[in-house]
Amino acid sequence: MEAYLDNSATTKCSGRAAELMMRLLTEEYGNPSSLHGMGALAEKYIREAKKKIAKTLKAGESELIFTSGGTESNNLAIFGSVWANRRAGNEIITTAIEHPSVLQPFRQLEELGYRVAYLPVDASGTVCLNALSDALSRQTILVSIMHVNNEIGTIEPVEEAAALIREKAPNALFHVDAIQSYGKLRIHPKKSGIDLLSVSGHKIHGPKGVGFLYVRDKAKVKPILLGGGQQGGMRSGTENVPAIAGLGEAAAQAYENLEAKTEAMYALRDYFIREILQIPGVTVNGASAEQSAPHIVSVSVEGVRSEVLLHSLEEKGVYVSAGSACSSNKPSVSKTLTAIGLKKERIEGTVRFSFCTCTTKEEVEYALAQLAEIIPFRRKFTRK
Amino acid sequence: MYKSFLIKYGEIAIKGKNRYLFEEALVRQIRYALEPVEGEFAVRRLQGRIYVDALGTYDYDEVTEALSRVFGIVGICPVVLTEDEGFDALVKDVCAYMQKVYPDKNKTFKVHARRARKNYPMDSMELNAALGEKLLSAFPNLKVDVHHPDILLCVEIREKINIYSVEIPGPGGMPVGTNGRAMLLLSGGIDSPVAGYMTAKRGVAIDAVYFHAPPYTSERAKQKVVDLAAVISRYTGKIRLHVVNFTDIQLMIYEQCPHAELTIIMRRYMMRIAEQFAVSDDCLGLITGESIGQVASQTMQSLAATNAVCTMPVYRPLIGFDKKEIIDVSEKIGAYETSILPFEDCCTIFVAKHPVTKPSLRVIERSEQKLAGKIEELIQTAVETAELICVAAGGEA
Repeated sequence: MEAYLDNSATTKCSGRAAELMMRLLTEEYGNPSSLHGMGALAEKYIREAKKKIAKTLKAGESELIFTSGGTESNNLAIFGSVWANRRAGNEIITTAIEHPSVLQPFRQLEELGYRVAYLPVDASGTVCLNALSDALSRQTILVSIMHVNNEIGTIEPVEEAAALIREKAPNALFHVDAIQSYGKLRIHPKKSGIDLLSVSGHKIHGPKGVGFLYVRDKAKVKPILLGGGQQGGMRSGTENVPAIAGLGEAAAQAYENLEAKTEAMYALRDYFIREILQIPGVTVNGASAEQSAPHIVSVSVEGVRSEVLLHSLEEKGVYVSAGSACSSNKPSVSKTLTAIGLKKERIEGTVRFSFCTCTTKEEVEYALAQLAEIIPFRRKFTRK
Repeated sequence: MYKSFLIKYGEIAIKGKNRYLFEEALVRQIRYALEPVEGEFAVRRLQGRIYVDALGTYDYDEVTEALSRVFGIVGICPVVLTEDEGFDALVKDVCAYMQKVYPDKNKTFKVHARRARKNYPMDSMELNAALGEKLLSAFPNLKVDVHHPDILLCVEIREKINIYSVEIPGPGGMPVGTNGRAMLLLSGGIDSPVAGYMTAKRGVAIDAVYFHAPPYTSERAKQKVVDLAAVISRYTGKIRLHVVNFTDIQLMIYEQCPHAELTIIMRRYMMRIAEQFAVSDDCLGLITGESIGQVASQTMQSLAATNAVCTMPVYRPLIGFDKKEIIDVSEKIGAYETSILPFEDCCTIFVAKHPVTKPSLRVIERSEQKLAGKIEELIQTAVETAELICVAAGGEA
C-alpha cells in the first residue's frame, strides 16, 4: 500500500487538466499574441481560465496576472508594489514565518534601505495583531501576511489584519500569500480587504510552473519582468497557455463542492491527530483545530530524527516532508518552528503530513499503523 | 580540419614481449572512451603507433577531452595525414597546415622531420633544411629557433606523411585492464573516488562496493554514489557497483558493542563483506581512500585493526596525502562537486562523540565476540540481497 501525504509539497495533476494541456501542447499550440486564428484560439483558452479562476475569488478577470508559480507571484507582489509606491513611504511589514519567496525579497528590500518589521507569532503560529497595529503607520506601503502557514497549517487572521491596515496605513497595499490555502478555503480578496493574492498551480492539482497573482483593480503595481508587453505589460513573456488552461481547470475543480470536501478533510485530519497522539512522545504543533487548515499536520516525535522517520515511512510507501519541503534539502533549522518557540531537539524530530481531497481514511490508517511500529523501534537507536 | 589523432604512449613502449597486450588494452580503452562521443571513429594500430580516425563530423573538444582521460596516453596529437606525392606537394601541404593552424605567424619554429620509410629520396636533415627554407620564404614573419621554438613542426615520412605540431597532454599511467582488477570501497565522500582513480591509473580495473543504511541514509545518498562511480568510470572503464544494505549489521553492532568502538567494528565488517565481493569478481585486492591520521578510524592503530580482517592486500593510494592534495585530484577528475553534496552516509549516523583512536586489536576482537553466532546470518543476507549496478562513462548501463 502507498500513502502520499506530502500534498503541501506538490499534488498529483488532475486528469482533466492534464488532458487539456496535452491538447494545447500538441494540437492547439498557437501563440496568443499571433494575429491569426490559432493565436485567437490560444487567447480564448486564457480567457476561459481567467473566467474560471475569477469566479472562485469573486474577482474580475482583469485582476489576474499569470506567473510561473508561487515564487514569482510573491516576488511580483512585493517588488512590484514597492517599486510602484516608493514615494508614499519606506516601511514594509511581514511576519517571521513567511515562505522564503516572501522573506528573501523583504531581506533584499531591507538591504536597499527599506525599514522592515518582521511580526512575531505566538506558540500556535498566529501572527500577533498588536504587533501589526504598532508597526503600521502612514509610511507603511506594503504588508505581506500568509494565509495558511506551509509548515504547521495555522490560518492567519488576514481579515482582521486588513481592517487594521485600512485604519492605520491608508497608503499600504496588503499582500496575502494564499499558496497553501487556495483551493482549501474560500477567499474573497475584495471583500476581505486584500489587494494582492498569490496562488500556485501545482498545490491544487494543477501543473507545476504556473500560478497567478490577483491584483485588485486600481492597486498600483509595477511589472518586474519586462519585454514584449504581454498581459497588459504586467508580465512580459509568451503566456504558458497549456499550463494556464490546466490551472484554470484545476481551480474550477478545487472549488466544486468545496464545503463538503473541506469538512471531510477536517474529519480525516482530526482522526489522524487523535490517533497519532496515542503514541507516546508525540506532539502536534500549531493552532487548535478550527484555527488551522484542513490539510496540514505538523508532528514532533521525541527521540527520532525527522529524516530517519521520513525514510522509514518511505520504506513502507508513506511519503511525508521533514519540516518544510522547501528547506529540507539542507540541514538548516526551520524558521517557522523556531518562531513558535520549539526547542532544537523537537524541531529535529518534526515531520509534516499533508492531505488532499483524495486522501482516504485507509491511507491515513495505514500511515498511522506504520508510525506506531516505526517510532518505538527507531527510538532505540540514537546517536550517543 | 583534423581527421586523425596520433596517440603517444609512454611506459608501454618498454614492455618488451608483452607490448602487444598493453597496446591492445590501450586500443580497447580508447574505444570505450569514445563510445559516448558523437560521431564514428576508427582506432587502429600501425607500425607501433595508434591512430584515431574520425569517419565523419565530430566535435574536436569532445574527442580530445575523452582521449585525455585514457590512462596510458601521454600525448594526443591532432595530425594531418597526406599521401606522398613528391617534395613539392609536401611543401604545399606543410604550408597549408601552417596557414590553418597558426593564423598569427609572428612565431619561432623548428622543423622536426623523421624519415621512417627509408626509400624516401631525402633524409631527415635534408628535409629539415629544405622545409624550413620553404616555410621562411612562404611566411616572412616566421623565425627559426632550434632551441626553444614556439612551434615544433613534426613531419614524419611513413606509409603516409604525418604532419603535426600540437600535443595535448594525456593522463599518463597504464591502460586499464593490464594490471588485474581490484574492489574499491566507495563512499559518498571525497577520498574514495580519488583512491579508485589513482589505482586505475596504474592499469587496474575497478569494481566497487557501497554500504548504504536506509532509512538512515537516503535514496539521494545512494544516487550520489552511483554518480561518483560514473565520474570515475570515465577513467576506469565500466564499474560493477555492489550496493549493500548495511543497516541491520550496523544496528546489531550498535546494540551489542561499546559505542566508542562502533566505527572500527563497522569498518571491519565492511572489509569482510567487500572481500567476499572481491573474491567473486576475481579481484586481486581491495582499495580504500584511507590516509593516515585523517580521522579516528584512520590512525595507524585503527588501520591495523581494520586491516587484520583482510586476507587480500588492501591498497591505500592516498595514505600519504593531505586532505588538500586529495581535493586537488578530486577537482581535477570532476568528482568534487558531487562529493560535497550534503547527504549523510552510513559512517556518520551513529558515530560516537569520542571514538577510540588507539584501538587494541585484542579488545576489538573481544567486543566482536558478542556478535558471534548472530551476525553471520545478517552478513549472508546483506551479500545475497546486494543490488548490482553497472556504471559506465555514459551513466548507468
